[in-house]
Amino acid sequence: MTTNGARQVMDGQAIARALVRIAHEIIEKNKGAKELALVGIRSRGVHIAQRLRRTLQEIEGGAMVPFGVVDITLYRDDLDRGLQNPEVQGTEIPFGVEGRRILLVDDVLFTGRTIRAAMDALVDFGRPQSVQLAVLVDRGHRELPIRADYVGKNLPTHLTERVSVRLAEADGVDEVVIES
Amino acid sequence: MAFTQRHLLGLEGLSAADITAVLDTAASFKEINERDIKKVPTLRGKTVINLFYESSTRTRTSFEIAAKRLSADTINVSASGSSVSKGETLADTARNLEAMRPDAIVVRHGSSGACNFLARHVTCPIINAGDGCHEHPTQALLDCLTIKEHRGEIAGLTVAIVGDLLHSRVGRSNVHALRALGAKVRLVGPPTLLPQEFAGLGVELHTRLADGVRDADVVMMLRIQRERQGRNYFPSVDEYAHYYCLTEDVVRLAKPQVIILHPGPLNRGLEISSAVADGPYSVIMNQVTNGLAVRMAVLYMLVARSKSVDVGETEALSEPARGRSGARA
Repeated sequence: MTTNGARQVMDGQAIARALVRIAHEIIEKNKGAKELALVGIRSRGVHIAQRLRRTLQEIEGGAMVPFGVVDITLYRDDLDRGLQNPEVQGTEIPFGVEGRRILLVDDVLFTGRTIRAAMDALVDFGRPQSVQLAVLVDRGHRELPIRADYVGKNLPTHLTERVSVRLAEADGVDEVVIES
Repeated sequence: MAFTQRHLLGLEGLSAADITAVLDTAASFKEINERDIKKVPTLRGKTVINLFYESSTRTRTSFEIAAKRLSADTINVSASGSSVSKGETLADTARNLEAMRPDAIVVRHGSSGACNFLARHVTCPIINAGDGCHEHPTQALLDCLTIKEHRGEIAGLTVAIVGDLLHSRVGRSNVHALRALGAKVRLVGPPTLLPQEFAGLGVELHTRLADGVRDADVVMMLRIQRERQGRNYFPSVDEYAHYYCLTEDVVRLAKPQVIILHPGPLNRGLEISSAVADGPYSVIMNQVTNGLAVRMAVLYMLVARSKSVDVGETEALSEPARGRSGARA
């Protein structure tokens, strides 16, 4: 569906199915969710991570999966390029990172700079056993050697296009659209 | 929420949105100070000069730690032992320091308006760490953060500020901040230390401590600044203490959940009794903790984005595109 130059590439059902599939892939790869902890990247990565966590816990029979939030603002490499600083919303990691399998979660994987910043933020809290990455959309155009372990949808895009993930928790609707 | 200033010279005229932006950012920074590794790379490669023409323990240490926790390089310059003692003017000192390309200069000075003067002579951000009897903005911001943490919203609270209002830059900054945020402010002190022009700022003036403290949500005590008093404003310190020292008996007149603030250093027994300063209503140590977060926030908001601009360039800064999904890299 295309409206006003915006093309919907995922609707609510497609997003839900992708997250269920990713959850199963996570459990298969990690042989369960016992040593996992989820860390969502602000802002929409947090909502995706919360949904993944619920699905993981359902699949694993209610086992609690630790959950945290990372704000990458203070780790960005482009702070002095703008005239206004991005808002700092804070990092909350209420569990020990040391020795854990951390699953970083974000909505869109693009240049990789956000993920680099998130990993820098994460290791300030300890040395995880491993860090994996789950994203709802991989739109390409990487500028750093970073790839996702779990991808909801690979989405070839032009550099000038804008990918918007809209989630019910923040936007009132679940969809992914490409805007020219 | 955007912070629209290029310098932090004072809180007079700042909008509630600007003040709230700093407080919200500071609240987010508090978590960093609880980590094992209390350092983020935000200001790596930036240089902050602390130019202190007056004595300071808390403020200078706080600014230095704040800068270091953001990975900035810090240089401390004090008047004694610098070229100031050889007769160099403030403007020349600032120009020479700026020639070394710092990204911000934090200034404490004995003359009111010194920071405003410097801001006209340098291109990097100037942060006022207290100038004469004018303002001490970061102290008021940390006070507001402390009040917010303990009492929720500031709007609607009754705040009594007690003591030497005539000389207090902390008092002035707090009046501007608290009024902007919607608090009801009472100023309390002897008539000689209570300038009548404050009435024009929409505050109540009281000369009796009991009247000022009665039913207050917050009581903020100010230090008697003997170093700024060219003459006696009250007959004796004993008499001042008799009428204006905050004791447990006086605190009972305030609301049951009252919090007591003091910017430090304390003159125990003169403006505040030890029982109150160390008692259950005191949030004085919380103020010090919050001071670090507030100064980190101010440095972040002014320095992280800083680029040299021509003196006189507009203060207004445009809002960038915020990172929606694909826009943020």
